[in-house]
Amino acid sequence: MKARVVVTLKNGVLDPQGNAIEGSLEALSFQGIRSVRQGKVFDVELDTDSADEARKTLTAICEKLLANTVIEDFEIKL
Amino acid sequence: MKSAVLVFPGSNRDRDMIRALEDISGQKPALVWHQETTIPDVDLIVLPGGFSYGDYLRSGAIAARSPVMKDLQRHATRGTKILGVCNGFQILTEAGLLPGALMRNAGLNFVCKTVQLEASNADTLFSRQYEQGEVFACPVAHHDGNYFADARTLNTLESDNRIVFRYANGTNPNGSLNDIAGIMNESGTVMGMMPHPENLIEELHGGVSGRGVFTSLLEAA
Repeated sequence: MKARVVVTLKNGVLDPQGNAIEGSLEALSFQGIRSVRQGKVFDVELDTDSADEARKTLTAICEKLLANTVIEDFEIKL
Repeated sequence: MKSAVLVFPGSNRDRDMIRALEDISGQKPALVWHQETTIPDVDLIVLPGGFSYGDYLRSGAIAARSPVMKDLQRHATRGTKILGVCNGFQILTEAGLLPGALMRNAGLNFVCKTVQLEASNADTLFSRQYEQGEVFACPVAHHDGNYFADARTLNTLESDNRIVFRYANGTNPNGSLNDIAGIMNESGTVMGMMPHPENLIEELHGGVSGRGVFTSLLEAA
């Protein structure tokens, strides 16, 4: 089974890289951009075909390594 | 004082640290490679600066999960003194031995310069050779030194006097909350700091104001 994990900064955590991208979009004259937050994407292939099992494994992986839950949230897409 | 320096792939301030420890304690530190599972019995374990695992994923994230860390946790529980400098501080937060996280510098630039530090708490194992409130020079060299913690954690750090060093006189180089440069754990035996005291220990470095961290530890040993 293939899964995608998206890790983003929690709301309220300063994202200087997102801010820099915002500034760059402004410099490129893109209009109407309210904000940009930068995150990370992980594509993970698992042996299992069970969505429940995959979700359980991926949650553990996120909590232990992929996300720093002090500053980041994660979302699992199967 | 017996000491050990943990070495990770990508550590690059380990030699500076070894020299500082040897010079100040008179004893060569033991070097412990990250794949080893036992850290010898010492008074002080140091995690040096550098870019362990190329800062992949997050600074210090992979190193914090390397084999040697299990024994570091054991030492921490036993009360062995542990000092993390720069990448070492990042590893200690990633390992959960210190609260909070070190994020990308607010100005996005890698900063390599001398800042002013204030001994915010001079009554610790790591700072007792400084006067309370003493301001001294110390070099920094990092990209991810922007200390972040939630409001509750910050309040606890403040009220428990666990902020050992702060950037002083407007020299905060990275946007750290509350000007935090170094913090310690609840029991006061584990400290992490972004600045490099090991790089200001002999006159050739341009000053010796970093020695205080090591002489404090020596006195505590």
